[in-house]
Amino acid sequence: MSSMREIKRRIRAISNIQHVTGAMKMVAAAKLRRAQGQVWAARPYAQKTAEVAGRLARAPNARQLPLVAPREVKKRCNLLVVGDRGLAGAYNANVIHVAHASLLKADQPTSLIIVGRKGVQFFRRRKVEILQYYVETGDEPDLALAREIARNLMEIFLNGQVDEVGLIYSRFYSALRHVPQVETLLPVEAPAVETVETVDYLYEPEPVKVLEAILPRYCEMKVYQALLEAKASELGARMVAMDAATKNSGEVIEKLTLSFNKARQSAITTELLEVASGAEAMKAQG
Amino acid sequence: MSTLKLDVVAPQGRILTEEVKSVIAPGTEGYLGIRPRHAPLLTSLKAGVLYYRKVGDKVECMAISGGFMEVGPVQVIVLADTAELASKIDVEKARQEKARAEKQLRERPPGFDLVRAEEELQRCNAWLKAAAAE
Repeated sequence: MSSMREIKRRIRAISNIQHVTGAMKMVAAAKLRRAQGQVWAARPYAQKTAEVAGRLARAPNARQLPLVAPREVKKRCNLLVVGDRGLAGAYNANVIHVAHASLLKADQPTSLIIVGRKGVQFFRRRKVEILQYYVETGDEPDLALAREIARNLMEIFLNGQVDEVGLIYSRFYSALRHVPQVETLLPVEAPAVETVETVDYLYEPEPVKVLEAILPRYCEMKVYQALLEAKASELGARMVAMDAATKNSGEVIEKLTLSFNKARQSAITTELLEVASGAEAMKAQG
Repeated sequence: MSTLKLDVVAPQGRILTEEVKSVIAPGTEGYLGIRPRHAPLLTSLKAGVLYYRKVGDKVECMAISGGFMEVGPVQVIVLADTAELASKIDVEKARQEKARAEKQLRERPPGFDLVRAEEELQRCNAWLKAAAAE
């Protein structure tokens, strides 16, 4: 059995860790609230843009627009959104795993644009071309960054560097549920099902012009949405992981306290025995 | 009399939801007015001031920096790139931003984006105009 002093030291160490994980949980919870608010706030705009873009993309002459027209896929590029920091349970690993798997099973050479240090760290050591990466993007993804990324993606798509652009991020449902997702960003796909009733719209200017104007915004919004959802997922995962860690360290402390008490008890017993036997020996001598 | 439901949403969130009698919006082809039971219409918007007459006949306005508007018989949805209610506009800030945009357009520093600077200038003008109309 380990000595009392050793146990005491471990208890102290673990309670320090517990303080840190407890604080991290609180911080993540507070940030999650804000991130969640942002996700909800961005949804109506994103939904509406997607709806309008989808409806317009179905128009016959929309097919010729460069952002819509599908081409033979010779090269693909994926935008991967993960976290900068660990200590978020399996969040980063899950998203990276999905990205890696889709990379391995892709038939075409695939390059990556990565947001988040964890993704860069993982893929730097692999045989993948990383076109660009962004790290330390902060806790509140801003629209300016999303615009920049979206513009880059549209540029490499339009100049023929890649023929398809995918989006890999974790979709946020709740603090406990977030699912890694692979979506196609470019070319823009018209919704397969007839989700909206077909109304004859008046367009001003003509439909293709409107579509031309709305498509870049649609892409920006998709990227923005992905950044927001990924951030909310990361914070949710971190909150849950830190909560579990705090609970676990409580358990460990309890167990260690028990063995500490046992050790103390046995030390006292030993000491008593020593005193008693010492006294006994004195008596026998005297 | 019938009314329209006006919804203004921007990427940052919903800006306004209001029952209105009419809307005047800055379309790319010129300002256009919408009354209830308008035919379905989809138009792009440029930077400018969006006026709306509320149920009590009070006219209010907001600045938008461009976007889209979808008109249905009973509702108008504005997808704005950015939007701000006239009552919430910080005139001083808008003036400073306008001065900065003008300076950029004059001096054209390296790495300067003409299109973006002009957009920014138009946005500031819309902001100031909305604030003045308030």
